Amino acid sequence: MKIAVASGKGGTGKTTVATNLALSLKDRYPVNLMDCDVEAPNAHLFLHPVLTRQYKASIRIPEIDPQRCTLCGKCVEVCQFHALAKVGKTIMVFPQLCHGCGSCTWNCPEDAITEVPNPIGIMEEGATVGGIAFSQGKLTLSEPMATPIIRQLKKLEDQAGDVIRIYDAPPGASCSVVETLRGVDFVVLVSEPTPFGLHDLKQMLGILQDLNLPFGVVINRDGIGYDRLDQYLTDHKIPVLLHIPFERAIARGIAAGKTLNEIDPRYQEQFLSLFDQIEKIFQTEREAL
Amino acid sequence: MTAELAKQLVILSGKGGTGKTSLTAGFAYESARGDLPMRTVLVDADVDAANLGLVLEAEPVEQHEFWGGSLAEIDETLCTGCAMCEPVCRYDAIFPHKEILGVLWVDPIACDGCAACVYACPEEAIEMVPQQEGFWYRSQTPYGEFLHAELFPGKENSGKLVTLVKQQGRLAADDRAAQLVVIDGPPGIGCPVISACAGTDLGLMVTEPGQAGLHDLQRILGTLRHFKIETVLVINKADLYPEGTAAVKQFAEKEGLVVIGEIPFDENIPKAMLAGKPVSLLYPESAAAKAIQQIWLKTVAKMMQPEGSYE
Repeated sequence: MKIAVASGKGGTGKTTVATNLALSLKDRYPVNLMDCDVEAPNAHLFLHPVLTRQYKASIRIPEIDPQRCTLCGKCVEVCQFHALAKVGKTIMVFPQLCHGCGSCTWNCPEDAITEVPNPIGIMEEGATVGGIAFSQGKLTLSEPMATPIIRQLKKLEDQAGDVIRIYDAPPGASCSVVETLRGVDFVVLVSEPTPFGLHDLKQMLGILQDLNLPFGVVINRDGIGYDRLDQYLTDHKIPVLLHIPFERAIARGIAAGKTLNEIDPRYQEQFLSLFDQIEKIFQTEREAL
Repeated sequence: MTAELAKQLVILSGKGGTGKTSLTAGFAYESARGDLPMRTVLVDADVDAANLGLVLEAEPVEQHEFWGGSLAEIDETLCTGCAMCEPVCRYDAIFPHKEILGVLWVDPIACDGCAACVYACPEEAIEMVPQQEGFWYRSQTPYGEFLHAELFPGKENSGKLVTLVKQQGRLAADDRAAQLVVIDGPPGIGCPVISACAGTDLGLMVTEPGQAGLHDLQRILGTLRHFKIETVLVINKADLYPEGTAAVKQFAEKEGLVVIGEIPFDENIPKAMLAGKPVSLLYPESAAAKAIQQIWLKTVAKMMQPEGSYE
């Protein structure tokens, strides 16, 4: 089963929920955790995996053979991302605009283009001492495109076996979140009872509608005193899977790099019950199809 | 005589939820009603989770459509199902049509808009169709003019939309001879962040004590330095975890990074957010509001020094 943890708003506790879910399930199932927040990956700070394998994440960018190029400009014309330009007597390539789609290569009438890998980040794999298989992507500083790393990271994954796969999503509600959510079975949305939390949760609901995925909500920092989030969830019959209270002790513990289970061992049970609810909703949705 | 261009301040953090928007809202208040007012235009550059308007009582006066990229669409009356488009698509976006046998279909969620399929199709059955990907707004607030946007859920091109709202902010600043543009940035370090920080005069980073905050601070600092943008640091919730705050300060010292202020863990910040107002307006005597005022004074002093006198 593949479970993504997403939120819209940043800092609502995605990584807290993803890592504690993994820790709570690891003695019952084989568990994989993938940190897809490649711009700011933090799950490793709580799980302390031993990383044993590293790969480059690259975009294939065009390299133009000046001997063959006739400066016809076809590549410039077909590129939708303005990554190629004809400047004087050369074709210039702008690697950071290139999406690596290959269109210029296929459309060059002179076969003057070959593709070369342009590294934009790294991918790492390993495991925690407790046996959670772990992987993460890291976007190189100053590189703009996070989504290709997420796509490549998911392709590394060995699809075999009955494994619980947990994906820690990036914040926001744009393409990198969609890439993380593609192909998962269930989405846990982490929100907080504030106007910001509710606004950004609604953005996520828009994505989930398009992807047609079952989901439930974890309310973090519960008790701030904003009832519109609860009201909204009730009105829209959205299941609430877990409440985590707004407590200085929790905020402090997490800042110190502790997991919820370490701060209060009772969370172990709560996350197991969260997983039971996920399975139930998933089963019900499956039967409804 | 040429008019002086407004200075641009961008507020960033790497990690989400560290308090960028609450601080920006405090700056909005200070710019209009504080002891050191500045003619300021406000910009929300977090277009996929745009929250600044929720605490500025924003009243839109203009709404504009944002058209981003185009997506491929297959004309089912022309498609012969030859599937020449399939191998050129690197985004796994081409599938059999759900209703019509022998015809292909492009999944708009997966399509990257590269148009490789358009050129591969021998029947010229594929067309690039421009997509409306959001709106951008010009709004009035009690604290001045405010430019913001809303990217439709799941869309690409958030960097493009960020560039657009920033440009509009710049134009508004010129119209009003504003002295300052304050830009509330997105989390992360990728495309929308790069767009948000491009061309700014100062990057104010907001971190919170703790391993995650520090880890992401290192990444945003590296990004801003790569683009040669001057930086200062604010530590939010500074008293929550003193060991963590000490570690942030140690890092700042090692990096030669100025800590321009600290904001304590103050429940008035979420309370003000719930009320939809800046903490500085609602609880001017609170520890958070006072800290924000000091940060504003120092930030403005730093930005408004004559050219070349700070380094």
